[in-house]
Amino acid sequence: MIWVNVVVQGLLVGGFYALFACGLSLMFGVMKVINLAHGDMAVVAAYAAVFLAPKLHVAEVWAFIVIVPLFALVGYLLQRTLLQKAIDRDPFTTLLVTFGLSVVIENLLLEIYSGNGQSVNIGALIAKSWQVNSIIYVSYVSLVVLGAAVVVLGALQLFLSRTSTGRLIRAVSDDREAAQLCGANYKHIFGVAAAIAFATVALAGIAYGIHTEFFPTSGGGNLLYAFEAVVIGGIGSLWGTLIGGVALGIAQEFGAHFNPAYQYLAGNILFLVVLAIRPQGLFGRKGSLNE
Amino acid sequence: MDGASKEVPPRADLLVVNELSVYHGQLCAVDNVSLRVGEGEVLAIIGANGAGKSTLLFTIAGLHRQKTGTISYRGDDISRLVAHRRVRRGISLVPEGRRLFNSLSLEENLKVGSHKAAEGPFDIASIYALFPWMVDRRHQKVLLLSGGEQQAVAIGRALVANPKVLLLDEVSLGLAPIVIERLYEVIPDIVRQGIGVLLVEQDVAQGLRVATRVHCLLEGKTSLVGTPAELTSVEIEHAYFGSDLHDTPSASETS
Amino acid sequence: MSDATPTLPLARGGVSVERSSFSPIYTLVGTLIIAVFFTAAPWILPASWVSILSNFFILVIMATMWNLLAGYAGMVSIGQQGFVGLGAYAMLYFAIKGMNPFVAIPFAIVTCAILAYPITYLLFRLRGGYFAVATWVVADSAMLIILSIALLGGGTGRYLPGLSNLSPSQLNHYTYLATWVVAFVVVVATYFILRSRLGLVLSSMRDNETAARSAGAKVTSTRRLIYVIAAAGCGAAGAVLAISQPFVQPGNAFNLNWAAEMLFVSMIGGLGTIEGPILGCVIYFVLQQSLQNYGAWYLIIFGTVAVIIAIWQPRGLWGAIRDRFHFELLPVGYRVRDKVRVKKVKKQKRSETPPASVVTTSE
Repeated sequence: MIWVNVVVQGLLVGGFYALFACGLSLMFGVMKVINLAHGDMAVVAAYAAVFLAPKLHVAEVWAFIVIVPLFALVGYLLQRTLLQKAIDRDPFTTLLVTFGLSVVIENLLLEIYSGNGQSVNIGALIAKSWQVNSIIYVSYVSLVVLGAAVVVLGALQLFLSRTSTGRLIRAVSDDREAAQLCGANYKHIFGVAAAIAFATVALAGIAYGIHTEFFPTSGGGNLLYAFEAVVIGGIGSLWGTLIGGVALGIAQEFGAHFNPAYQYLAGNILFLVVLAIRPQGLFGRKGSLNE
Repeated sequence: MDGASKEVPPRADLLVVNELSVYHGQLCAVDNVSLRVGEGEVLAIIGANGAGKSTLLFTIAGLHRQKTGTISYRGDDISRLVAHRRVRRGISLVPEGRRLFNSLSLEENLKVGSHKAAEGPFDIASIYALFPWMVDRRHQKVLLLSGGEQQAVAIGRALVANPKVLLLDEVSLGLAPIVIERLYEVIPDIVRQGIGVLLVEQDVAQGLRVATRVHCLLEGKTSLVGTPAELTSVEIEHAYFGSDLHDTPSASETS
Repeated sequence: MSDATPTLPLARGGVSVERSSFSPIYTLVGTLIIAVFFTAAPWILPASWVSILSNFFILVIMATMWNLLAGYAGMVSIGQQGFVGLGAYAMLYFAIKGMNPFVAIPFAIVTCAILAYPITYLLFRLRGGYFAVATWVVADSAMLIILSIALLGGGTGRYLPGLSNLSPSQLNHYTYLATWVVAFVVVVATYFILRSRLGLVLSSMRDNETAARSAGAKVTSTRRLIYVIAAAGCGAAGAVLAISQPFVQPGNAFNLNWAAEMLFVSMIGGLGTIEGPILGCVIYFVLQQSLQNYGAWYLIIFGTVAVIIAIWQPRGLWGAIRDRFHFELLPVGYRVRDKVRVKKVKKQKRSETPPASVVTTSE
């Protein structure tokens, strides 16, 4: 029974990691960019929820309605300006730029909001959970987040496969020049992909802020787990990202069960093991890591 | 010398390339090349590997920037126009190696091609009319198609945009002769619509068969221009291989 | 073709292949002067300057190693702080076991090298951004493992034993000397590595890996060697770091800020040059000292400048100086001097954007 609970908790956390990871996965799939500031963008969204909401006279939990579209816009603009310039140079530059961005963002948050922990306040809902039996309990918030992750991933999948823009995004990912030859403005498409990535990461960040106390430096860890989820699940597969997130969550819960200090180490170990024996991840294509 | 000949009646110029020079870093790939393509014409560019043919087409399509020279389309200077806008104006390139969207199906490839299509005779249904076998296979992933079928999809993808100038790069590469013939059979259908075709071919015979005019490139420079009727095979061989081979006994001498 | 070995047109008059733009004697004398100055520094400079210099040298070590890894071998790592931490904790371990900390420095270095070697077999399955994040996972894992070892102080940390018999000023001096010597050795060693055949292989790998392989270069084992060297170097930095801040704790030793600092400093100073990271360190310390009272603003500014430089002047400050004045203090490439063409080429270079370079091959 204990193990069932471990799996259940891992599943719930996994949904959260998947939400985090899908933006990272999208940006890499389309632009071949690993956004090292990805985790920090989530934290910025959490800060925005806490500090912006009062200015908008909404309860923090509803702040996402404003923040998510705002982040989509920010993502589009950032991609069309800074990131595109970095991409035009080479992948090396892109890495350095996103890393620089990450450090700048973290320290700006530190300067502006101090190092104290913050939390997105949703009132009493945070503590409510569904007691399945004496051992298994499912927190409402985690369940909602898992549901949100599935919905978002599903919607994204549908968007990519059914809509014209989604098709263009897939085409640009496959062959950027050939897409240009079909009249596609690839820079705009990149922008759209970034907008989607930033929107999902904003959602993930707010969910994170609800669930956990966060600090200016919380972004780093989240980037790491998002990245691990993507690699474990397989690059280039959205559902793989969900599975990867869940696998990561379960591994961490397993580790925590033995010793709280081993929680994140267990996740890292799973990542390194997958890297060692099946580098393309559970659902990825072979050779997709050699970009 | 720009290839105007007595035997072909002058057509309205769709594409004019003037003294174009294109570099790859410090290597000159296209050296001072001028050409023009008129309505309903087929200009075949022939030349050996590395002669600069693909670079030339890439530059005309806008994926590569020329160092000097101009490109005009229907009278407008498009030399600095970005690639995706040239497509919307009416220049479509079928690139070497097909470059289909591998994770998309056949029909999706065509749909991408048509998303910025101009008004014109070609739409997805008409492509299916040209290549009837596509109808049953249209939801298949293009990776599963044969080389010749993929080439047909690539041509279709360019056609659905309703270009006025169609650029074809090495359509016959890696394909069996009978497949190549089938592909070339659609060229008259295309030309009949008034579309100007600029095609690059390593297979000289095939190029000559469909061409209204021929333009030969050697190491980036224009070596020969004319119509298939007025050019002899010796002339073409010299232009293709270069007639100044000192060390080896003349390879260009034929019976 | 009948021509067997074509005669090099370069052999004709007025052309030569050289190492640097001025005589190596200057470099040697310059180095000696610098060496004497910095060795004598504890007696010349005030004590506060001496500790600043210690930290400066630690950063120089890290930046030089990061630059070797990323600027020369093309491997962007954001996990070198893992080896800084491992070096610090190896030092702590040996000190706990009774070794004199200063004696333990080479042992810490070797420990890091030994640990780095098997890691390469995992990491090298990845490239580019994935490689970078994986290095971070490795560093994170190293920290998590250390955290669970009670002997080493766990999460709270512990003091480095073996230093209590020294007076504060003695400690200051010896610490300084340790950081100075290690930094000097690291920079000089890097210089010689890059001037050697290994350096040539690195350049060729960076320009075109496939071509390098087909010319016989052992690309993977070279990469492995460089990674191990960089790990050892960062371990050295960690070891002297542990001496300089005798309370060793994971939050500090494994801090991601080290990664940020070595990266920014190399980028601003100039990737792919030896002088660049050093110049970057100088700028960094000047900025940090001036903005001391403003919290993390120096890092924000530095990071922003680094991002701007990465996009608009990727060769960094030293790269710009070098391009403009053809001036190198520590040349590692070759120059072809065609006295007749030099003028024409200088003009050409000014209009070219990096990395094209007609005259020097020292990228």
